[in-house]
Amino acid sequence: MKDARALATALADPISTLTFGADDWTSLLAIARAERLDGSLAYRLADLPLPAPIVRTLEDARAQAEFGRTQALWEVEMARRTIAPLGIAPILLKGSAFAFAGLPAGVGRLVGDLDILVPRDRLDDVEAALLMAGFDWAKDDAYSQRYYRRWMHELPPLVHRDRGSMIDVHHTILPPTARRTPDAAALIADSIEIAPGLRILSPADMIVHAATHLFADGDLAGGLRNLWDIDRLLRLFAATPDFWLQLDTRARRHEMLEPVALALRLADRLFATPVEPRLAGHDRIRDTLFIRRMLARDGWGRPTRPASRLGFYIRSHGMRMPPLMLAKHLWTKARAQ
Amino acid sequence: MHSFAVRIGRISYRIGSPWAAPIAALRRLYADYPAPEDGIATVTARIGPPRPWRRWIRPQVAIEGDHSLPDTVPMAYDHALLAIEMAMNMQVALGERRHLLIHASAVERNGKALIMPGDSGSGKSTLAALLGERGWRLLADEFVMIDMATGMAIPFPRAISLKNSAIAEVEGRIADPARFGPYLSNTPKGELRHLRPNAQAIARMDEPALPALILFPSYGYEAASDGVSRSELFMRLTEGSTNYVALGQPGFDRMLQLAETVPSARFAYPDSDSGIAIVEQFCAEAGL
Repeated sequence: MKDARALATALADPISTLTFGADDWTSLLAIARAERLDGSLAYRLADLPLPAPIVRTLEDARAQAEFGRTQALWEVEMARRTIAPLGIAPILLKGSAFAFAGLPAGVGRLVGDLDILVPRDRLDDVEAALLMAGFDWAKDDAYSQRYYRRWMHELPPLVHRDRGSMIDVHHTILPPTARRTPDAAALIADSIEIAPGLRILSPADMIVHAATHLFADGDLAGGLRNLWDIDRLLRLFAATPDFWLQLDTRARRHEMLEPVALALRLADRLFATPVEPRLAGHDRIRDTLFIRRMLARDGWGRPTRPASRLGFYIRSHGMRMPPLMLAKHLWTKARAQ
Repeated sequence: MHSFAVRIGRISYRIGSPWAAPIAALRRLYADYPAPEDGIATVTARIGPPRPWRRWIRPQVAIEGDHSLPDTVPMAYDHALLAIEMAMNMQVALGERRHLLIHASAVERNGKALIMPGDSGSGKSTLAALLGERGWRLLADEFVMIDMATGMAIPFPRAISLKNSAIAEVEGRIADPARFGPYLSNTPKGELRHLRPNAQAIARMDEPALPALILFPSYGYEAASDGVSRSELFMRLTEGSTNYVALGQPGFDRMLQLAETVPSARFAYPDSDSGIAIVEQFCAEAGL
């Protein structure tokens, strides 16, 4: 396999793996693990008549995902117990939200840190409560602390001193320095209660957030995983009348129309996700650059296409902050190393 | 990529390297091992240059694969075979979910397994290597795999890592030079030479054994022995297990069963012959 295309195809169309030879399987597993999609893949291929070694490997991946889910739900409960007494219902984001709400995007998905969104004016209270509950700063140097608090959309990451788990407390979904300004108050106002003291974003906002996460975070690392989330969510939400209209409205409101349209086009191209053509718009030439970057893995699971990776790294920072500020930030980080 | 596929017990590896020589050395070391079941390797371990130019200019090897740890220090190219072995270990240490891993060596007799946990330098590998040549079957040198479903010890007869003074000691007792890997000097682990387990250990790698005795050896002290309490046994086994936490409650249950049912002791020994004598005495008492 020369890139991760076969993984994308296997996820979208599991039947495609029935013609796999031994080497194809070994490569598929290596690529899926490198992209951290092995759990998702294991559930997608669960009922197929596959060779015995593959059946066992996929079983193990499902057991691993199930364990990760249990841990993620426990972290949600720990956060709820800490934050609920403040009268705040945190909004769960990304993997934890998918797992807690039982959304198809959560099936087999790796859940990393716990990400929550709270109102900005309650940030200090939440921070104090988490520090009291056993969380410490993961980065406690003065620059990081100042940088996060002044320029970022989240608190500096907190890590629990006994459990080792990490929590990211957001007050919005893009850094205030970014060109686009999502409407954090609207995200909170439209959120949905899923359990006493816990909320998730509305379906349309969930897609908008997944799109910001896809393009603004890092060098598109984990891009395939994030796009797979979008596929799973869209296939579920698209059944609701007016969903596409709502998505259009919310994407405009959060100044995220272009990124959302791009995410829809990429999902359509990689996973044949059903999307609203008017919202997705026409294919652009640069869409292919995104596809090339997302599939940049060889059959050994090694990252390929270094120029493309570097380009997207610079681009993601360019989206986060103006050029002069970026130069200063990278200079400070480089000197600290 | 140069590659080699091999099955060791229940693990089917694909091993890759951009250099030909380390793979050739690995092939010699694992000659006579079976190919993966159905030809499908499910675990990838590899080495590669930490920076592109390190493939040619003062080459270095980084340890990589399906699972890797951030910030592992690259090694000198001369130690590439060791790096491959470490990459293979890392895949099991971080990725294995079907078996509870015990950091120990193990040998079998009459269907019963003697498990010897211990840190580097405790002599567990040397003892297992020597016992494997005198009436015992070698099961494992580094990881003992406890089947999560049955509690049996599953063989994982990787090449044995002999270190420092153990090299000459074992060379003196095993006549066949083809079973030894190249001599690696000044590695991060000291002087090192790999030893292929004997034909019996390889031929019977699919035969499990019942965990029957756990002994903690300490090499380099006057001969002595002492009991190990159930609670200490549990603590020491969990400390040395890289996947105990990731297995969750079933891992806890499996570990508890081991600690509650298998007799255990510790012993110190000044040299291999007295170590073997102490082991044999313990085994006679425990009915192995």
